[in-house]
Amino acid sequence: MKNRAAYFGVFTALALIFSYLESLIPIRFGIPGIKLGLANLLTVILLYKRNAREALLLSVVRVILSGFLFGNLFSIVYSLAGGILSLFVMAVLKGTGRFSVMGVSAAGGVFHNMGQLLVAMAAVETYRVGYYFPVLLIAGVVTGLLIGTVAEQVLKRLGNFRFES
Amino acid sequence: MKRNDWILITVVLAVSAIFLGIHFSRPQQKDGMAEVTIDGEVFGSWPISEDRTVEIGDGNRLVIEDGKADMVWADCPDKLCVNQKAISREGESIICLPNKVVISIVGGEEREVDAVT
Repeated sequence: MKNRAAYFGVFTALALIFSYLESLIPIRFGIPGIKLGLANLLTVILLYKRNAREALLLSVVRVILSGFLFGNLFSIVYSLAGGILSLFVMAVLKGTGRFSVMGVSAAGGVFHNMGQLLVAMAAVETYRVGYYFPVLLIAGVVTGLLIGTVAEQVLKRLGNFRFES
Repeated sequence: MKRNDWILITVVLAVSAIFLGIHFSRPQQKDGMAEVTIDGEVFGSWPISEDRTVEIGDGNRLVIEDGKADMVWADCPDKLCVNQKAISREGESIICLPNKVVISIVGGEEREVDAVT
């Protein structure tokens, strides 16, 4: 039982480091606000190696901690909304068994952006986000696929390793 | 990659292609207005055909020039709004989330008629 907590701590620490590393890369995607979401790699891996509940906890803890450490507090709400919606969708898709890790991750990327967009629309009371919508969809798919590809490779190499006791 | 993955990705890309198509098929509004809202309430609107500088509160600055509206300065931490390209088409918007400021292009008189008919 206590090893599960230790492993979770490792995942959280890694997620924070990935988050930090990513913030060091100057904006390379052209569209401001779009990022790779590298820390989500750990969330996806945990989703597959453990379960949705722990992946959700990782997501929330990481967003809050990295918000305090590296980002601005303002962005925490948006990231939380995106992260929770994204994880919910990923868990559902994974549960159907009809998608591979890459497809699940791609959907995760898309819905992470959609969650953030919805909260932004509510916060600023505007529906005029027409231009952002398609761009965020595409970025979500692309980054989701990238993360999913890496996740699949990691999971393959982890084999039957279990993060417990 | 399973077959369902491809279907999912194709659907998402198709939806975004449709929206992009609609967006770019709208002509640049020569007679449009740049409307600024703060926290959902209209702060003001000005024709984009006239060059102008507008101070939005004390945290944002809008410049209308060459038929385009642009956020040239803001006091928010990430400056995403400032780095964004100038807008000129109906439906486009520049949003400063921390300051809750939205600059959007609203159609001119011609557009209004289209909406009715």
